[in-house]
Amino acid sequence: MDPLIIEESIKTPTISFDAGSGVLEIKGKSIPENSLEFYKPVFDWLDKYTSSPAQSTEFRVQLEYFNTSSSKCLLDLFRKLEATATSGKSKVKVSWFYEADDEDMMEAGDDYQALVKIPFELIKVEG
Amino acid sequence: MIDTIIPKAMPGPDMYKLFNQMDEDNIILSFKGSISKELLSSIYDIMETRLDQTSDDQQRKKKFYHILVESLQNIFHHMEGVSSVEKGSLDKEAMFMVGYHPATGYRILTGNFMKSDEVPALEEKLKKINTLKPDELREYYREKLGSTELSDRGGAGLGFIDMARKSGQKLEFHFQPVEKGIHFFTFSVSIR
Repeated sequence: MDPLIIEESIKTPTISFDAGSGVLEIKGKSIPENSLEFYKPVFDWLDKYTSSPAQSTEFRVQLEYFNTSSSKCLLDLFRKLEATATSGKSKVKVSWFYEADDEDMMEAGDDYQALVKIPFELIKVEG
Repeated sequence: MIDTIIPKAMPGPDMYKLFNQMDEDNIILSFKGSISKELLSSIYDIMETRLDQTSDDQQRKKKFYHILVESLQNIFHHMEGVSSVEKGSLDKEAMFMVGYHPATGYRILTGNFMKSDEVPALEEKLKKINTLKPDELREYYREKLGSTELSDRGGAGLGFIDMARKSGQKLEFHFQPVEKGIHFFTFSVSIR
């Protein structure tokens, strides 16, 4: 399966999902007005991936900003991964990175942790 | 309507006065017109550059940028609903202003038209948000995040909750009837 690579733009993040290694990375900013337009191909890729995933899957989230429109799409990504973990097809973990001075981003990680049943690691990065 | 400041203003002392007034009001950004995706991209770009040049507290800058994006997208998502109303060209127009002072922080003001029949629901929502304490806001946000669907234009209905939560301040708002079926909604939030 081909990796999913999307270059970042002023309103959207870098996406780098690799089916072989099971490392799915999202990085940068996610503030599009309509996040569905941006995340549609990401959902499609993930749907294919989760039908035969790698033994372990790490979703690395390293976002500087995301808007509330994107927050809903992120939750949907987590839920897809949660279903994969529950089915036992892949061991799933989320690495949630936040900058040391960004309490809001840490709390956002905490929000998702409360909403989905997959292990989260909140990782502080020194700005 | 001709008797407004710009058509009358001449190069001269009045313009210097106007400059000083804007300076005193600490206005760093001011816009009135129609809000497009392209406009928003430019605004984000300008504000990012400006924030990079400001030696303000890093966390406050981030909160401000985040809330600015959210408040402008609120207007953007909202305008679609109003455009069906007969309101000449004004229906797609809105205004926003941003003030900044190192001592008091950032203040974002927005104004846009909305359908009068949508006022009660929005008013109730904003009043409810203002009654919630920080931990209750967090719970409310989580509950809504877990249950809402995106609108056709990508709105999650979480913007005001998010702004109240991140700013830690009460939201200020007013609904003014401007003509039959239309209100002008003014809103502000401070980031201290």
